[in-house]
Amino acid sequence: MTSMVSKVLFTVGDDVSTDVLYPGRYMATVLPTETPQYAFANDAEHNALLKAKNYEPGSVIVAGKNFGCGSSREQACSTLKGYDVTIVANDIARIFLQNSINLGLRVVTAPGVKASAGDELELLEERVVNRTTGESFPVVPLPKARQSIIDAGGLIAWTRKRLVEARPA
Amino acid sequence: MGMTVVEKILARASGLPKTKAGDVLEPRVDLAMSHENAALVINQFHEVYEGTGLTAAPWDPSRIAIIFDHRIPAESPKTASNQKKIRGFVELHGIDRFHDVRGDSGGICHQILPENGYVRPGFVVVGTDSHTTSHGALGAFSFGIGATEMASVWALGCAVNVEVPATIKVVVEGEFPPHVGPKDLILHAIGLLTAQGANFRVIEFHGETIRKMSTSGRLVVCNMSVEAGATSGIVPADAETVRYLREEAGVTDPLDLVVPDAEAAYQRVVTIDVTKLEPQIACPHTVDNVKSVGAVEGTKVHQIVIGSCTNGRLDDLAEAANAVRGKKVAKHTRMLVFPASGRIWLQALTKGYIGDLMAAGAVVMNAGCGPCLGIHEGALGDGEVALSTTNRNFKGRMGNPNSEVYLCSPAVAAASAVTGVITDPRKGGN
Ligand code: SF4
Repeated sequence: MTSMVSKVLFTVGDDVSTDVLYPGRYMATVLPTETPQYAFANDAEHNALLKAKNYEPGSVIVAGKNFGCGSSREQACSTLKGYDVTIVANDIARIFLQNSINLGLRVVTAPGVKASAGDELELLEERVVNRTTGESFPVVPLPKARQSIIDAGGLIAWTRKRLVEARPA
Repeated sequence: MGMTVVEKILARASGLPKTKAGDVLEPRVDLAMSHENAALVINQFHEVYEGTGLTAAPWDPSRIAIIFDHRIPAESPKTASNQKKIRGFVELHGIDRFHDVRGDSGGICHQILPENGYVRPGFVVVGTDSHTTSHGALGAFSFGIGATEMASVWALGCAVNVEVPATIKVVVEGEFPPHVGPKDLILHAIGLLTAQGANFRVIEFHGETIRKMSTSGRLVVCNMSVEAGATSGIVPADAETVRYLREEAGVTDPLDLVVPDAEAAYQRVVTIDVTKLEPQIACPHTVDNVKSVGAVEGTKVHQIVIGSCTNGRLDDLAEAANAVRGKKVAKHTRMLVFPASGRIWLQALTKGYIGDLMAAGAVVMNAGCGPCLGIHEGALGDGEVALSTTNRNFKGRMGNPNSEVYLCSPAVAAASAVTGVITDPRKGGN
């Protein structure tokens, strides 16, 4: 991963669930392209901030512990991917992390990470540096099993490659 | 070093003599379950095949189960059209384990799978639903995945790049006091472990209390393991598992009970004694915000919900019916009951529970997810409070971010329906 400097768009606390990120009442809307307007739909302030699109692509949402806990609904990831944001969280719930990798939403686990809206974060492979406060936080590497999926450009491309390779000659 | 039950299951499913936590495997999948989100899986599945020149066909239709439960009967044209699309796929590929909107054979996926004998000890089960952890109650390794990952399973027949999770052993001892049971146990355990305390880990349940517990109770405990972040909960299979599968699920073929080695390596061991456990309540808006009932007694409740994949089985309905029989639901309170499956609905009808509940003022709904996830029925008004036997109380869960959901056992919910406020069932309703 190359280093990237991004601004913090907003911060959220612990246990932000998929019911906040993408409420069940919108789940009949299945296609990733249809979902962005519902991101953070149970959190009016952050929903509005995203929809205003008044930020640089790749801007960061800094989260507390257990980000994305709850449902397996992957719309919670695709909806955020539609906004081109990066998630930097203290820790991330398993299914959400897995869905992010599969769908190509950028997520970083950095325990203890502290930042405020507007801070400048430098995202390095082994650490996140808050350039505004000067603090630095170690990054937990993604489960090693998942790197090949990221390298392939997501799980669809990865699975397609496997199928083609296995095709009888 | 010996293996935990999940290490054993994954070793076998991967054709290896041994595995340990941290190993990366591609276990074959014995059962792949989806509900209405199969519409998204189908979409992703076809995308996988795009440009390959290969025909999109699932690896083994007999290992796929699709159950309509989240929004039945359909609440919108969009849902109805998604369901129609799924029916077409099911028919095209000959998926027999399909449960449509039906009073006899329909219901919530996490009840349909066990009661039809689709899950067996030692199986690797994946489902596009986070509460797929439920099926650990039958000694299977069963976990939730996203729709794209399911598309990959349908194409390849295995779960890809699975990191063998470390295991937390939870040993449960003692006898439950009256009006205290499996729901109180798991709420208490989630409070202890915290909402992310078991993230990326499996919880393996042991102890005399678990051994004596019915499969229905084990389903409650494994269902909610995900609320501590666990990849799965699991009760190693035993005589009760065999009894359930033979007597209640009608399974006749041989069963292979996989159990952990005595000297298995656990990351952590937690012991819980339930002898003095009090009724537990998870308060808004996180499931690990757990208190004893006394701390919130008297809180006014607008809606009581009894049902879901957590507590919508016959024993739960019996408990509710017994508590309200001959009494009335409090005036300012609504009581909604939704059995976990059509089979349970009919059993409850035969036993008279449905009549007892309705005579008391409860509305008994069709089997399905109902109000649990706030989609199409039983939504809450601004500022309202629900007391529910479901498994999640996140902000907005019951369809309204300006409402509150408390979680509890059927005993607490039913006692509170009569009084209209959160009530300790040990003291009785009025
Ligand atoms: S009853 Fe609730 S928790 Fe269970 S499967 Fe349905 S929506 Fe999910």
